[in-house]
Amino acid sequence: MRLRELGDAALTLELGDSIDRAVHAQVMAAYEALANESLPGVTDLVPTYRSLTVHFDPLIIDRQALIERLTAATTTPSKSVMAGRHVEIPVRFGGESGPDLAEVAKATGRSAEDIVDTLCSLEFTVYLIGFLPGFPYLGDLPDWLRLPRRATPRTAVPPGSVAIAGQQAAVYPWESPGGWHLVGRTEVRMFDAANAERPALLAPGDTVMFVRV
Amino acid sequence: MSSAFEVLDCPVPASVQDLGRPGFRRFGVPTSGALDAVSLRLANALVGNPQGAAALEMRLIGPRLRALVPLRVALAQAEGVIDTAEGGRKALPPWQSAMLAAGDVLKIGKVTVGAGYLAVAGGFAVPPVLGSRSTYARAGFGQLLQKDMCLPVGQAELSGPERAVLPAPTFAAGPLRVIPGPQRERFTDAAWETFLCAGFTVTPQADRMGLRLSGPKLDHVAGADIVSDAVTPGAIQVPGDGRPIVLLADGQTVGGYAKIATVISADLPRLGRLLPGDAIRFAAVTVDEALAALRAQEEWLAATIAAIRPLAMGEPDLAALYETNLVDGVIHAE
Repeated sequence: MRLRELGDAALTLELGDSIDRAVHAQVMAAYEALANESLPGVTDLVPTYRSLTVHFDPLIIDRQALIERLTAATTTPSKSVMAGRHVEIPVRFGGESGPDLAEVAKATGRSAEDIVDTLCSLEFTVYLIGFLPGFPYLGDLPDWLRLPRRATPRTAVPPGSVAIAGQQAAVYPWESPGGWHLVGRTEVRMFDAANAERPALLAPGDTVMFVRV
Repeated sequence: MSSAFEVLDCPVPASVQDLGRPGFRRFGVPTSGALDAVSLRLANALVGNPQGAAALEMRLIGPRLRALVPLRVALAQAEGVIDTAEGGRKALPPWQSAMLAAGDVLKIGKVTVGAGYLAVAGGFAVPPVLGSRSTYARAGFGQLLQKDMCLPVGQAELSGPERAVLPAPTFAAGPLRVIPGPQRERFTDAAWETFLCAGFTVTPQADRMGLRLSGPKLDHVAGADIVSDAVTPGAIQVPGDGRPIVLLADGQTVGGYAKIATVISADLPRLGRLLPGDAIRFAAVTVDEALAALRAQEEWLAATIAAIRPLAMGEPDLAALYETNLVDGVIHAE
């Protein structure tokens, strides 16, 4: 465990160096321990693959007290571990909805059917949300399905696109530029700003399954 | 909360901003908010608003706006001209309030630094999204200003004299202060020396997400890529080309490049004032020094706001006339 300074208003607790479910589970345990406390002056807790960052107002919170609390959070197991939610996302694969599915099949030497079967058989972990509001980084894909990003990113990926790159899958909540391989599309709303309690459909620690429609 | 301003013209995208949208970063939502929160807070104080009220953030050249109802306004880091409904014309210097009558047209000219602000008494009352009126266009939170758009303004008490910060505030110069970054050890010692000793220039790739800098290349020890982790406004990430990018208010919540340093909170408003072509330097400080600088800035801001004084009726605003380069044409338009 290492504590890193991200400026004077954020601290990052590093629990590992790799993308790894066990490390991520530790990150989520530390997150839950701190989230349950609602420390005054702490504005955001951001769990990622391997670290938890605490953003705070340095004029409100005493930094040393926060460091002690952070350290304790990694050593004391959380009292009430909130299990992540399990979310099923209906997806139309291939065709216009997944314009890169055929290329992915060609690049991996498998049939499109195989790829869809695989994507629908995996239980993905939401490692983190980033890049755009509500954009989930889902892992992990099997080794044979890990492809580098497209050589030329698209300038506009349609919202709802289900995409893969490297060991990850994702769903684009918004139209945006993007270099991932588009294999399908969902009509599920990934982000709803009217829901202040939980604006993104997915949060770190959730599990996700794609369901073919 | 009816429409109060009609946008007649908006040559450069402008956006409504307040002090931002903290609390949703784990859902990938950047904080957004004013790039120069100090100027936003001063502009709000001039029109009697809470310091964090929503104002208009402008870059390069401001818009032309018609008041649909009587409004009190103030500019920070920008100058304007008011063409009154009655056919008159007067200058609106920065750092003082003025009344607009219904039908008056306010043309905001050159924004002298990276971001300028127009505050209006009552604040811009666009609908809040996740607790903030800050525009974040990438996710459709609010809208960038467009010609023909109408902007709502909240209720405000408009009696009382106009008020000014006199003399106009001056802001600290000198190197931007940084704390060594969470991946400082991913850079060679030579790169760290270079980072602190050499100068950098803000490139034209500068927007609300971040500033790309040009200057000497900063070498990594073992590549630029890290397993993505959280970033924050002021974080300086260095991709594989060795050219630093300073993240700003609309920057992503996570990033996959090694971060060499983080600009301290007290100097974030200074980042917001930078323009392409500006030369900058960095200096390392400790966290304690960063906190002391933040406290000093808050004290300065409180004292400056406390010293805002009424302009007596009809008092010629000589200081502003002497200190301000009036917008083209105004000088000859008496």
